[in-house]
Amino acid sequence: MIHDFSYDIAVIGAGAAGLAAAAETAKSPFRTVVIDREDQLGGILRQCIHNGFGLRYFKEELTGPEYADRVAALAAKPNVEFKTGTAVTEIKRLPDNGFELLAFSAAEGVSRIRARALFLGMGCRERNRGNLAIPGSRPAGIFTAGAAQKLLNIEGMLPGKSAVIVGSGDIGLIMARRLRWSGVEVKAVVEIMPHPSGLTRNVVQCLNDFGIPLYLEHSVVNIAGRERVQYVEVAPLDNGIPQLDRQFRIECDTVLFSVGLIPENELSRQLGVELNPATGGAIVDANLQTSVPGVFAGGNVLHVHDLVDFVSEEAADAGRSIVHYLDGTLNSQANPVTVSANLKYVVPNKFNTGEKGTYSFRPLIVSDAATLEAELNGRLVWKRKFTYVKPAEMLKVELPAEILNESGTLVFRLQEEA
Amino acid sequence: MYDAVIVGAGVSGASTAWQLSHYDLKVALVERWADVGFGVSKANSGIIHGGFHHSARKTLKARLEILGNLMFDKLQYELDFPFHRNGILVVAFSDEQMVTVRKLYQQGVENGVRNLEMCGRDRLLELEPKLNPEVVGGFYAPNGGTIEPYRYVFSLVESARRNGCDLFCNFEVVSGERKNNLWTLTAADGRTIKARYVINAAGLFADRVSAVCGAEEFKIHARKGEEYLLDRNSPARPGKVVFPVPSRESKGILVIPTAEGTTMIGPTADPAEDKLDTTTSADNMQRIVTLVSRMVNGVSTRDVITSFAGLRPVLDSEDFYIDLSEKVPHFVQVAGIQSPGLTASPAIGEYVKDLLKKDGLELVEKEKIEYRNPPHHELRNETPEALDRLHADDPAWTHVVCRCEKISEAEIIEAVRKGHTTLDGVKFYTRAGMGRCQGGFCSAKIMKIISRESGIPMEELTKKGGNSRLLGGKLGTIKVNTTPEAAE
Repeated sequence: MIHDFSYDIAVIGAGAAGLAAAAETAKSPFRTVVIDREDQLGGILRQCIHNGFGLRYFKEELTGPEYADRVAALAAKPNVEFKTGTAVTEIKRLPDNGFELLAFSAAEGVSRIRARALFLGMGCRERNRGNLAIPGSRPAGIFTAGAAQKLLNIEGMLPGKSAVIVGSGDIGLIMARRLRWSGVEVKAVVEIMPHPSGLTRNVVQCLNDFGIPLYLEHSVVNIAGRERVQYVEVAPLDNGIPQLDRQFRIECDTVLFSVGLIPENELSRQLGVELNPATGGAIVDANLQTSVPGVFAGGNVLHVHDLVDFVSEEAADAGRSIVHYLDGTLNSQANPVTVSANLKYVVPNKFNTGEKGTYSFRPLIVSDAATLEAELNGRLVWKRKFTYVKPAEMLKVELPAEILNESGTLVFRLQEEA
Repeated sequence: MYDAVIVGAGVSGASTAWQLSHYDLKVALVERWADVGFGVSKANSGIIHGGFHHSARKTLKARLEILGNLMFDKLQYELDFPFHRNGILVVAFSDEQMVTVRKLYQQGVENGVRNLEMCGRDRLLELEPKLNPEVVGGFYAPNGGTIEPYRYVFSLVESARRNGCDLFCNFEVVSGERKNNLWTLTAADGRTIKARYVINAAGLFADRVSAVCGAEEFKIHARKGEEYLLDRNSPARPGKVVFPVPSRESKGILVIPTAEGTTMIGPTADPAEDKLDTTTSADNMQRIVTLVSRMVNGVSTRDVITSFAGLRPVLDSEDFYIDLSEKVPHFVQVAGIQSPGLTASPAIGEYVKDLLKKDGLELVEKEKIEYRNPPHHELRNETPEALDRLHADDPAWTHVVCRCEKISEAEIIEAVRKGHTTLDGVKFYTRAGMGRCQGGFCSAKIMKIISRESGIPMEELTKKGGNSRLLGGKLGTIKVNTTPEAAE
């Protein structure tokens, strides 16, 4: 028998975002269902057994699983139901503006789940070797950093005996240390940019403390090995072009890729949610509502965050918006928010007048003296100095309500000081 | 003792085994790699060609291509593999290219191919709106299509085995000798197999198998083709296979709407010294993208989810060599099966069967032949109602393991139970790991299922057999020194 379920709110994804959103909707009288493919709540946090989570959201330092348990406990209320081991494969909007999800699980078989509002919390997938089209052979021993992390931390299996890590994203840096602690030799981390793409604290604690070499402005130009990886060839970059005459070989049996994350918006596409090419996530208004009314997004599915605390904060904001949406008290205005100089993107993409606004940015520059400025209708209304900005670290600021006092266009820019 | 042993479980060998399995014969199929179809047949464009690229008067490959093409509908009905006759377009972007287009069209007509249609620009754009509007003209071959080549091989072998054929994988033939009217083939690991007839369908290594059996001396050259696979969401996916005008070495670089919903661009055609060299290169990706971007709109390197390379086994003659050996008795050569070998393969099997008959092998149809493979379910292709019924029998049907391609645990279990115990074997059988995350999320889950179902410990699982171990062992098996000095 195909099951039919009906809720007020469906949260897709039970990671740091979905659980935080559900923790907010749980405070309302509405009924929420939280759906996740995995058997356990917490998403990718489950495999992040290192600490450093929660300093902002829970005011104490936690491991990934501890953080997951905390945020899951906040959501565990009588009006919240959890469906784990359940994959949503299809999603459509109904004529009454509600939504119907087609979901599969071993426990319940086929389910049709109806909801009046949705929270998208699907997170990201990792960019992989194929996306980069790194030349060479295709032997065993090539993993994304997160897949290797899962094998190691959840399954208790070593990905190999000696590794080169491609890309200096946070997961790669964390994995360098984790592998080293497990007895796997980490030969090098290779980064194409002139600066690391992970957080500074991770470069220090995961590479420098262990003497693991970081090759900046270098690229892996070949992966060799017929059955298992035998070595990689690495070349320095000059203006982005590999200098093959100066390439060198690093013997290893494992290559991990930590080369960025891609928001998983395949379900959002089915709904016709408008996406922002700069983030890979949805375009959202001040309430984190997407272009499809009743569909809200937050966390890594919206844009890639560095810190889980920010993921939960953003998702909690979206959770509160969903309650207002169902209450009929949601204030949605269409004033555009955009970026100009030195910023890759801003989230959200619209603001409401007379309300405070929270904005996240990804800088395009590295600078130790930069000013973030906001112009409302061409008038400078707000600025803040930063002593350090870099693409690896997201900026998040709050603009007070009294500044956003008229409708129009809000433009942010990052000015580098001479 | 077997009546016939077929060396090589690619499309040619599998098709031959399938043909012979319908007769009262003891047939064995031996494969060098860990799974069937793991050689040439795994990595190609997956096209059922239209019978116009080569002259049927001049080449055996064209004659078998035309026959083979006609056999696929019935084969698909019986064996159940992904195949679509979605048609082929050959497109020209200059008047000069139109000269070649007209020649090809004429050749197709002379070959007896039906329903070929010369097209002007407007007709082409009507047939395929994804084409670059600068197209000048071309022709349409509605009989062409796309197929999943590995699934086709799996289906042939599955059917052959159901009808009594024995399969031996990891069986690399290193010697063959004939004594007392009986062939003995010996594998690298020392196993032997005896048979009255040997069919050499060893692909890239057909020259070596021929040589070690004392048969004809010839040389198989490897011609590499690199292909790039684009995401399901790529706006470049055309409805039909789009060919440029061909060159002497190859049919050119195509845009292929694969039978399973992705888009593939390629292949290149470059000589490879090493017959195991399936590496890809950076230059070729750019070249392919540039070339296909002239033909269809919407091709982007951002949509590349993976790349691979395959090798075509090529003889100097550029034609197939399928014949009884003139040097040794009871030995059939099936060599040089490059493109359009996949298209020709059903006819190759039949051709080999006829050669065996001519050579005196008695062919008596089995009293009971199982023509059809049992129904094969796939979560992605079933209705919710059908899945609900499947779930009632086995909850694994609604346990989604591969999220990108929507593959259930039940499909993976089925693959393992059918003998596909490598990660690549499961991937090619089920598509799990072929999607946009390229196994990032599901590989560990699949490995656990393979281990559970096959009894092979996790740390011994391989990607594709041999020494392609997936893991470095259990956590805690390497002695760790984390004293500060160790970091110096």
